[in-house]
Amino acid sequence: MIQVVLPRNLQILAGVGRVVEVQVQGPATQRSVLDALEADHPALLGTVRDAVTKKRRPMIRFFACEEDLSNEPLDAPLPAPVAEGKEPLLIIGAIAGG
Amino acid sequence: MSGVRVLVGTRKGAFILTSDGGRKRWKVDGPHFAGWEIYHLKGSPADPDRIYASQSSGWFGQVLQRSNDAGKTWAAAGNQFQYEGETGTHLWYDDTPHPWEFKRVWHLEPSLDDPDRVYAGVEDAAFFESRDGATTWTELAGLRTHPTASGWTPGAGGLCLHTIVIDPTNPERIYIAISAAGVFRSEDGGKSWRPANKGLRSNTMPDEDAEVGHCVHRIAMHPSRPQTLFMQKHWDVMRTDDCADTWREISGNLPTDFGFVIDVNANDPETVYVIPITSDSHHFVPDGKLRVYRSKTGGDDWEALTNGLPQKDCYVNVLRDAMDVDSLDPSGIYFGTSGGQVYVSPDGGDSWSAIVRDLPAVLSVEVQTLK
Repeated sequence: MIQVVLPRNLQILAGVGRVVEVQVQGPATQRSVLDALEADHPALLGTVRDAVTKKRRPMIRFFACEEDLSNEPLDAPLPAPVAEGKEPLLIIGAIAGG
Repeated sequence: MSGVRVLVGTRKGAFILTSDGGRKRWKVDGPHFAGWEIYHLKGSPADPDRIYASQSSGWFGQVLQRSNDAGKTWAAAGNQFQYEGETGTHLWYDDTPHPWEFKRVWHLEPSLDDPDRVYAGVEDAAFFESRDGATTWTELAGLRTHPTASGWTPGAGGLCLHTIVIDPTNPERIYIAISAAGVFRSEDGGKSWRPANKGLRSNTMPDEDAEVGHCVHRIAMHPSRPQTLFMQKHWDVMRTDDCADTWREISGNLPTDFGFVIDVNANDPETVYVIPITSDSHHFVPDGKLRVYRSKTGGDDWEALTNGLPQKDCYVNVLRDAMDVDSLDPSGIYFGTSGGQVYVSPDGGDSWSAIVRDLPAVLSVEVQTLK
């Protein structure tokens, strides 16, 4: 199972805790993880990425293994520790305020 | 036993205020959806326990919430607002063509007789309908594809469809208002529209009485007199008595005719309320005094209502969807401020008190009268 860490607002919206686990079909990529996340928690549809274009919302970042994966291709493999469930994929809301 | 339920949308969540018919003692429930902007909540006239809420965030986009138990519990409904067909362009602030882009739902207007049917006014301006309790949404594209639409320009708050008024005697007749395109009227349930701005003058446009382009802030109707509408325009308070075929100015003796809200007393279609705001560059009340102005003559002659409202050092704003009335007798008047206060007058405006004083900035106030 792949671990995904959600920002607080999305935890409340989906009615889940900080970490959710998802099972993906095939390789673990941003696309497959988000597909699984939205299938398990439909309330999150459109909140992390556009529901039609699948483009990441501008103020959302994806981090894992101390790397910023936000601009990686949607179908690029996620780092092995994420795919193996040893490290989480972090979904982060860009910092607010100044 | 009669009572009221006040639905308050704020910059950081929703609150539900309830009271009995005396409207003196209040229960405050919330925040619901803490941390999210709640542009609007509204209950179904056909089933008051059915409430819809527009929840949005610059980070996470648009979410639509639905409650079937008067706001005790909520469930996320459909949030897919897809423009139909070619999206085309409107004008941007610099007069260049700008593609239509969905940003948020500004206003929800449930049908008068079907709890599952609800309209949504969105930014960039378009008119959507759901017939399945907000599970799915369909754009009625006749508005966005109106021949004038490529020339619409956003107001400072965006190109938003912020007001939807349904004629209770003919639900196929619907009025909407867009900043800054103006009022449009449909006679076929939203399929087709025509501009309804004759009589408006706006010096922010080279052609002051153009067919479209007016920054209409709000329109209001009394259900017993649907041919009459009242309008708070960017500047000017206006009235029509012919279903918006023509408008005339009724600003009269107001200290300033800039403002956002306007509403009509539930028990008297000639008693109208506005809250004058200093100007479009000073979005706060004039002279540090929070004053509601009431006309008992359908406009032109206005009196300041101040009893219980702060009369010094007050610099709040009251946004377009942040005033409503109940239909008890005497009618209660409610409004919320950018400072987080929600005020009530249980006697038609003669006296006021704060239900709450320290909410996040208030975006919308809707009242359900429970009889």
